[in-house]
Amino acid sequence: MIGDYTLVEFSSILAMQGFAGLILFSVFVLMALGLAVIFGQMGVINMAHGEFMILGAYVTWLCSQFVTAYVPALFPIYFFIAMALAFVASGALGILVEWALIRHLYKRPLDTLLATWGLSLILQQLYRSVFGAREVGVSLPDWMMGSFPLTDIIEVPINGLFVMALTILISLAVFLLMFRSRWGKQVRAVVQNRPMAGAVGINTKKVDRLTFGLGCGVAGVAGSAFTMIGSTGPTAGQLYIVDTFLVVVFGGAASLIGTIASAFTISQAQSTMEFFMSGSMAKVLTLLTVVGILMLRPEGLFTLKMRR
Amino acid sequence: MNITLYSRREWIALAILSALILIVFPATMDIFRLNLVGKYLTYAFVAVGLVLCWGHGGILSLGQGIFFGLGGYCMAMFLKLEASSPENTAIQSTPGIPDFMDWNQVTELPFWWVPFKSFPFTLVAVVVVPVIFAWIIGAAMFKRRVGGVYFAIITQAFAAILTILIVGQQGYTGGVNGITDLRTLLGWDIRTDGAKVILYFVNAALLIAVLLVGQMVRVSKFGRLLIAMRDKEDRVRFSGYDVANFKMFIFCLAAAFSAIGGAMFTLQVGFMSPSFVGIVPSIEMVIFAAVGGRLSLFGAVYGALIVNWAKTSFSETFPELWLFAMGGLFIAVVMTFPNGLAGLFRSHVEPLVARLLRKPVVAARETTTAAEPAKLAAE
Repeated sequence: MIGDYTLVEFSSILAMQGFAGLILFSVFVLMALGLAVIFGQMGVINMAHGEFMILGAYVTWLCSQFVTAYVPALFPIYFFIAMALAFVASGALGILVEWALIRHLYKRPLDTLLATWGLSLILQQLYRSVFGAREVGVSLPDWMMGSFPLTDIIEVPINGLFVMALTILISLAVFLLMFRSRWGKQVRAVVQNRPMAGAVGINTKKVDRLTFGLGCGVAGVAGSAFTMIGSTGPTAGQLYIVDTFLVVVFGGAASLIGTIASAFTISQAQSTMEFFMSGSMAKVLTLLTVVGILMLRPEGLFTLKMRR
Repeated sequence: MNITLYSRREWIALAILSALILIVFPATMDIFRLNLVGKYLTYAFVAVGLVLCWGHGGILSLGQGIFFGLGGYCMAMFLKLEASSPENTAIQSTPGIPDFMDWNQVTELPFWWVPFKSFPFTLVAVVVVPVIFAWIIGAAMFKRRVGGVYFAIITQAFAAILTILIVGQQGYTGGVNGITDLRTLLGWDIRTDGAKVILYFVNAALLIAVLLVGQMVRVSKFGRLLIAMRDKEDRVRFSGYDVANFKMFIFCLAAAFSAIGGAMFTLQVGFMSPSFVGIVPSIEMVIFAAVGGRLSLFGAVYGALIVNWAKTSFSETFPELWLFAMGGLFIAVVMTFPNGLAGLFRSHVEPLVARLLRKPVVAARETTTAAEPAKLAAE
């Protein structure tokens, strides 16, 4: 007996909370992956990252509206089309922003922070003007609805499973791209030594632009996934931006594995604690712990040894 | 050390600013507008702190709202306790505690509220509580040589944590509404027009005092070290200075300024709520300093006044446009005029003024040189 619960009930609760945490984990990972690519690889703070995610969410919503209205036959698989479109839309916007804004500010990281914050305000108001202040939700195809009973107490929602599978796939894709492709090699070369990378013939400006676009595109896919577990509003992205930054910094800015590990720790800690206390206190405790650990170990959990 | 506090030009600038906020505004505005300007000026305290901390020290804090809020909440707690005397709150199930506590089934004043019954303690706490908080953050970060964007993110996280905490602990903090319905300060009704005028002048005088303190820091040897640290931190460290302690000092000083602003905000506006603590207001405070000019103390005051005035008048007439304008301002100030209004003034207005001032002098000299040969000829 633990408290008022029997052992079976208690472990089921832990499992349920753990699973709820896994969905939070998926959103964290998808958002943080894009941010880690941008921040870790380029050293740029993108405060508008949440808005890129919301752009993906709105694209998904538009897609679902369009498909239900004009081609209902495609409805069961519209989600995959929506994801691809979200990636393209957010990525294209990212490339545009890099060209117009970020490339002038690489030497002033604190100023990118302010400029991208300004961008996020503009995007938020743009969403509000175009889509309205009310939150929108997508309708899911039938096969994603419902849940999958694991035991008689534990039930696993299918859309949650789908989001997780998606997360794993996208993480894998980003890994392959960064560590197994020629382009990823160029990115890492530019990060390690920009002048030398330029000297051996890598077009560093083009690499920067595509890296930023990739990070934003992944955020767009995160937005697609987000529509399944939350409703989309103009300011929904802002709610996640601090958590995501902490995830990236906690994991060690340059390490993608670290980002995933820290997203897992933070989301699980938060969702497990949410059961024992109010949601706000769980969040306060999680954030405080993370900040506390960061104060003791400022370089994050997983960092390559580096000279400073 | 033989250092003059202000150059002659800066004395003129101080005189113009003082005349503006002490004479022109009170003389031309009705009480409602004056109170509004008083509110804007409380943000100027934060902006002045940021000019020292960010512009001169290179430490960008995105959590100045924490200190503004802590200072404001300390003052609000005192005022709230005074407003909820047992006579005023006789209808509550527990008389003598603030109304929101009663609504949330809190039956006893929490122990950390008790000291705020004393006015001297409150005055000390308004400054000391935020400074201790800043010192803890600063000590943990700067001693480990964490700076730049990491520091900005961590301070932002603190702003988020504090907001969630205040909103979540409704019974002890008033929750999302904050601490409202504040009435008297030591029996003196702060809601009357007369009190608002007096508070405006107290606020203005404090702001000028803070400007003087800031300038003292800026012209001192420490001020030079600050700029050296911003530009080449390692060289300062290798020269034998303890960089972390200097950074902690300037961060604590900025926190103290913000806290004074927060306390004056509570007194003038009559409430304090978490919406002045969190991430969004904290970043807005940075834009006040950035628009005014991140290196100019006077600029910070003008920045706070202009941005807030624009915000009020924009949101009155075109509420949707305000966020566009604000976002555009962030981008423009970073991309096209990084030294803000003060920088524009220095590069565009000052040469013009100098030319206008010089002209009569040059003309006078020309007449004397022209007169001299004539004089010689006459001799």
